[in-house]
Amino acid sequence: MSSTEKYTHESYLEHKGKYKGLLGWLTSTDHKKIGLMYMYAITVFFLVAALLGLMMRIEKIAPGPTIMDAQTYNGVFTIHGVIMIFIVVIPGLAAVFGNLFLPILIGAKDVAFPKLNLFSWYLFMTGAILGLFSQFVGGDPPDTGWTFYVPYSAESSTNVIWALSAAFILGFASILTGLNFIVTIHRMRAPGMTWFKMPLFPWSLYATAWIQVLATPIVGITLLMVIAERVLNIGFFDPALGGDPVLFQHLFWIYSHPAVYIMILPAMGVVTEIFPTFSQKPVFGYGAIAISSIAIAVVGYFVWGHHMFTSGISYWSRWFFSFLTFIVAVPSAIKVFNWLSTMYGGKISLKPPLLYAISFIFLFLIGGFTGLTLGALATNIHTHDTAFVVAHFHYIIFGGMGFAFFAGIHYWFPKMYGRMYSFRWANIAWGFLFLGFNVLYFPLFIIGLQGMPRRYFDYLPQYQTGHVISTIGAFILIIGIFMMISNLIYARKKGALAGPNPWKGVTLEWKIPSPPPLENFDEIPVITHQPYFFGDTNDED
Amino acid sequence: MSTHPTHNEHHDPEGSKIGMWLFIFTELFLFGGLFLVYAVFRNKYSAEFHHAAEELNAFIGTMNTVVLLVSSMTVAMSVTAIQKGNSKKAIGLLILTVLAALIFMVNKYFEWSHKFEFNLYPGSDVVKGLDHGEILFYGLYYMMTGLHALHVLIGLVLLIIVIVRLKSGRITKDHYSLHENSGLYWHLVDLIWIFLFPLLYLIT
Amino acid sequence: MKNDKHPHISSYNQHITVLLVLLILTFITVAVSGLHFSTFSVGVALIIASVKGATVLTYFMHLKYESLFLKLIVAGVFLVYALVIVLTFTDYLLR
Repeated sequence: MSSTEKYTHESYLEHKGKYKGLLGWLTSTDHKKIGLMYMYAITVFFLVAALLGLMMRIEKIAPGPTIMDAQTYNGVFTIHGVIMIFIVVIPGLAAVFGNLFLPILIGAKDVAFPKLNLFSWYLFMTGAILGLFSQFVGGDPPDTGWTFYVPYSAESSTNVIWALSAAFILGFASILTGLNFIVTIHRMRAPGMTWFKMPLFPWSLYATAWIQVLATPIVGITLLMVIAERVLNIGFFDPALGGDPVLFQHLFWIYSHPAVYIMILPAMGVVTEIFPTFSQKPVFGYGAIAISSIAIAVVGYFVWGHHMFTSGISYWSRWFFSFLTFIVAVPSAIKVFNWLSTMYGGKISLKPPLLYAISFIFLFLIGGFTGLTLGALATNIHTHDTAFVVAHFHYIIFGGMGFAFFAGIHYWFPKMYGRMYSFRWANIAWGFLFLGFNVLYFPLFIIGLQGMPRRYFDYLPQYQTGHVISTIGAFILIIGIFMMISNLIYARKKGALAGPNPWKGVTLEWKIPSPPPLENFDEIPVITHQPYFFGDTNDED
Repeated sequence: MSTHPTHNEHHDPEGSKIGMWLFIFTELFLFGGLFLVYAVFRNKYSAEFHHAAEELNAFIGTMNTVVLLVSSMTVAMSVTAIQKGNSKKAIGLLILTVLAALIFMVNKYFEWSHKFEFNLYPGSDVVKGLDHGEILFYGLYYMMTGLHALHVLIGLVLLIIVIVRLKSGRITKDHYSLHENSGLYWHLVDLIWIFLFPLLYLIT
Repeated sequence: MKNDKHPHISSYNQHITVLLVLLILTFITVAVSGLHFSTFSVGVALIIASVKGATVLTYFMHLKYESLFLKLIVAGVFLVYALVIVLTFTDYLLR
């Protein structure tokens, strides 16, 4: 691994198609370039939304207006949520690492529909830019929250329709990606790769893709209905015309709850790839992890009412949704058990990917347990719409999906770019991230339980201590984010050259050069053994 | 070792078909949201829905149903034709399908404009003065048939593209995925109408 | 990669027969709507529409001759949708 050798093959990054330069990227149907384009766009939007979050924390360091007024604050938390949910977290792992590595992991040259894949990226960018436009065109930025609850979203004089349209188009991009991945996994696995010889990240992408296809359209039509309320006074959600605002909540959450499984399933898939590699032993309970992904997708489709326990839905409805919410926690717990068992007795190498993956488990567990508090009817009454909820979902989404993304980029970076980053700086960045994250979000559990509402611009003085601590955490976290990204950007150009398999992984991506050639494989491999086969041990599943 | 991957190398009609079915599922769920709203409000306001539906012209609705069913047959026949290698017949049948689609749209135009004449549209003073259930019925009527008509138009465009490609020889007995999948899309448009028709027109 | 060597080709006659069945069912739907089943009228209309829909899916959309996988996912999709309706109504009917 000398740092002065050129690559000995033409990588996908060097490949010149019909067009050169930027146009070459924008017209490329190569899944790897598309994955990178998603990654660069998502990183930019993530940083924008993170800075918006930082502004919210600065505002909340003291009661009353600090750096903005109430209306501005409402606009900031709305766009922070819209960007993070629809542009960063829902597409994030699938569009980035799914695009980059799904075909390689199953031994294929590309996805089933490469042109559709590029089209999806254009749809994604269109939706993202429309979302940005909502901040600057015409009236005030939308102030409804990313959940667009009626009646306010139908009445607010802000640029709601821009945001609704953006979310609609982003949803369409998500649907097409899911469709592409389902067909890819069904039709393009290498010879010999039966379903149960497929690695577990593709399994998670498969389960996710079904949710993308079957849940997203419902929020699509719901957003159109809100537009119809605003423009045509259609009345579905307007009590004055006979409509029901709770019906909006049902329709909205029928998608938006499964959406969180779109966020977390690929995250679980990513860490499931990391644990065996850095333990140098097969995944414990491969079958359980594969099936639990499907179980989470299926059961998770039917728990949406737990966002509505205090909205006035029927007793039996509340009972049923609470019951299923507890059930859906079980397959997740199974995965945690399997990840820990994978590491147990293994030859542990605490490199940055594993560090992030282990902290993923810790943060996901906290998020998960606090989800149970929210899922139980009695305690939900106390915690609904408080800062407790905010802490819960940031632990699950940011601590879960976010840290899994960081784990994934540190795992696959050498493969993507053929270079290695500094472990020292990766670990230091991790320290800031992990510390900052917990200092930022944990106090919100406490003040939430004490009664601090969410989405409130102002608060009583008794909550200030928690808010001050939280804001300090935000600064630590932001430093960590910039450190991590800087380390990786530096390594992109100046890192030591990485060989094909710096981590001694055994899945297919480690058998091809770093960076991979355009069509991934010189010859499509023939698969003969299970995916996490670490040589002649007696662990053959 | 190949240099540039051409997408013609990767020819998987079964995969393309699965892809179109998946897309059809998304359309079913898109309309499904509207059907759900319909179900909730029909349950709450059954008498008023019944009353409002009397304004709809069941005759035109039935005609449109027949037109779409026939068009489903002609497009299915056109797929049979290309499978048998008969491009000319396939084109002819597709042209009939397109004509049927146009008849449907013309009927829809007359239906809607007739209602507009009486100021029966969402947000109008007439509609606002109606009972709650009736207001919602009209909202659902316009949104559901409007979204459906949009899909008829999309289907129409797809079918025309297929005709053009049949004529140019790009679609043949061995390469007719676009044709078959466009046919599936057209059947979806028919399928949705099969449910819309009784729920909106025949609840009197 | 699996290749379907001999895809089933539906005959023109089959298509005509299916259309006739659909037209008859349409006629029945319209006729029945004239009778007054009140609360059952939704059910009857939906049943007939479902039979028509199933016919379109099975024959025009060729499901009868497709893989088991395709048949299963179509059935699965309708099942999921039905469950969504039922669950939503556990709220609306039982308030």
